[in-house]
Amino acid sequence: MAVGKRKIECPLYAEGTAVSEEDIKTRKVTHYEDHPDIRYSWTAGQAISRFLNGLKEGKILGVKCDGCKRIMVPPRMFCELCYKPIDGWVELKDTGTILTYSISYIDPDARPLPKPIVVALIQIDGASQNMAIMHLIGEIEPEKVYVGMRVKAVWKPENEREGSVTDIKYWKPLEG
Amino acid sequence: MEVEVIKGLKFQKKQDVAIVGAGMTSFKRRLNETGRELNYYAVRQALEEAGLTIDDVEIVVLGSAPDAFDGVHMKEEYLSDGAGGFDRPYMRYFVGGGTAVFAPIAGYFHVASGLADVCLVVCEEKMSSCHPHPQSAFKYIWDFFLDRPLKPNLIWIFALEMRRYMHVNNVKHEDIALVSVKNKANALDHPCSHVAEKITVEDVLNSEPMALPVRRLDVSPPSDGAAALVMVAAHKARHLTDEPVWVTGVGWSLDTTWWTNRDLYYPRYAAESAKMAYKMAHITDPRKQIDVVEPYDPFDYKELHHLEGLGFAKKGEAPILTKEGVTQRDGDLPVCPSGGLLGVGNPISAAMGVKACEIYWQLSYRAGKRQVAKEVSTGLCQAWGDLMQISTVMIMSNKR
Ligand SMILES: [Zn+2]
Repeated sequence: MAVGKRKIECPLYAEGTAVSEEDIKTRKVTHYEDHPDIRYSWTAGQAISRFLNGLKEGKILGVKCDGCKRIMVPPRMFCELCYKPIDGWVELKDTGTILTYSISYIDPDARPLPKPIVVALIQIDGASQNMAIMHLIGEIEPEKVYVGMRVKAVWKPENEREGSVTDIKYWKPLEG
Repeated sequence: MEVEVIKGLKFQKKQDVAIVGAGMTSFKRRLNETGRELNYYAVRQALEEAGLTIDDVEIVVLGSAPDAFDGVHMKEEYLSDGAGGFDRPYMRYFVGGGTAVFAPIAGYFHVASGLADVCLVVCEEKMSSCHPHPQSAFKYIWDFFLDRPLKPNLIWIFALEMRRYMHVNNVKHEDIALVSVKNKANALDHPCSHVAEKITVEDVLNSEPMALPVRRLDVSPPSDGAAALVMVAAHKARHLTDEPVWVTGVGWSLDTTWWTNRDLYYPRYAAESAKMAYKMAHITDPRKQIDVVEPYDPFDYKELHHLEGLGFAKKGEAPILTKEGVTQRDGDLPVCPSGGLLGVGNPISAAMGVKACEIYWQLSYRAGKRQVAKEVSTGLCQAWGDLMQISTVMIMSNKR
C-alpha cells in the first residue's frame, strides 16, 4: 500500500480547457449571459455621517481618544485599539502631507482614463502620525508630485457641496 | 504534552498532521470547465497521489473568494459536489487572497484536533465569469463613503503601498522588477502556468502603465483554476507513504481595516502571522532554519515586502537577496520556485496550488523540473488578502 520512494513529478496532470473572450463573443463556447441590476442604499452611520456633514460645511473632522492619545481621521465612534467610545470631536486643518501617491492610467473597470490622474494618501494636519485619507491631487504636473509634499484642499463652492468626500475637489500644492 | 503560549494561545494538538497528496488544474485566463468540474479535476489528482478514494475522506474544507466573481451566491453550495462535500462535514473558509493558505490551516485544525483523520482541502476560483474583466467586481471592495466616490481602481492601493515601500527603503523599480523576471521564468517549468515567459527588467519597466509605479508586468493576471490537498493523521500517513510532509506551524494575523492609517512600507500583519507560526514550529532564525519559501506574490514588490515581514531579510534588504541570486531556484533561499502568482497565475484562493501544494511537492522531492537545487527539510508558504491586511502562514517539514 505504501507509495514509497516512487519517482513522480507533480502536479500529475495539467487539466482544463482554455478559451478566449473571442470564443465567448462569437458563441463558440456554450454560455449564458446576465447583467444583474441590483440597487443598494448604504447608510453612513454615526461617525461617517458627522464627517460628511462636516465636509459640507468646509471642515475636516476627526475624533480623539484619551486612552491611546490618538487624533484619528477618518473619524470613528469607538477606538479600535482601546475598544472604548471616543472622547470627542476635533476640527482638523485642510492641509496635509503626501505619504505616498500613484499616477493612475485606469478607471475602476480597468479602462484607460482620458488622461492620468494622481491619487495620494494625505496625512492631515492636526491628526496623529500616519492618520491619512485617500484623495486626488490637482493643479500640478503628475511627474512633479513627491512624497513629503505639502498640500491644501481645494473645496467645491458651498452651494455645490453635498456631504461627500468629493466636496473637496482635490488637493493642490501648498506654496510657501 | 508541551504547551506553547502566544498571548493566551495554547498550541496543543491531539495528533500530528501530514500532507500526503496534492493536485491542481491549469491556471488560465478563461477555462471552459465550471468551478465544480475544476474542483473535480484537482481533487481526483490529490487523491490519486495520496492513494485514497473519496470514501476515505472524512471532512472537507472549501476555500473560495467573493461570490461576486462567479455571480452565484453561497457558491460553496454550488461547488460542493466537485469538492467531494456530500455526506460529510463540509465548510467554506474565506479571507480573500489569504484563503490560499488559510484553507489548509483550517484543514490542519480538523486533523490536529482529532476531529478527523482524513481531511480534503479544496480551493476554487473562476474569475473569468465576471466579464469582460473581474476588476468590475473588485471595485466593491472599497469603502462606500471614503473611497468609492473617488472612482478608485483596486490597483491604487497596491501602487500606494509599493511607492511607500520604495520611498522609505530607497528601493528602485528595477530592483523590484527582478522578482517578476525570476518568477515568470520559473513558471516556464510549471505545466499549469498561465503567463510564463522569459522577460527582462526593461520589459517590466517599459510595460503599459496601470497606476504608477505599478505597470502591467509588475502584476499577476486574474486566472481560473482549482487546487486540492489531502491532510491526514500520523497513523494514517504511515500506511500511505514513506515521504509524508508534516505541518509544523500555522499562524495568521489581521491588521486594521483603516488602511489609510497604517504605514504601508512594512507588512506588520505578515510579521505577526509569522511570529505565531514560528513559535509553534520552534523556528528562531527563519533565514537559517527554512530552506524554501513561497510568499504571496500577486505583485513583484509584494514578494520583497513579505520576505521582510516574514523575517527572511531586514527591512528594505529583500531586494539585495534578489539581486544576489539568493532567491533563485539554485540559490541559498529559493523563493517562489513554482513561478508563483506572477508566472503561474492568480486564481485568488486556488493560488494554494503554487503556495501550500508547491511547498509540499518541494519537500517530498516531487517538484520535477521545479525542484530546488539545495537539500530541503523545512519550507514556508504564505498568503495575503482581505483589504490587504491579513497574512496566513504555514510551515512544513519532511522531518517529524
Ligand atoms: Zn484609543
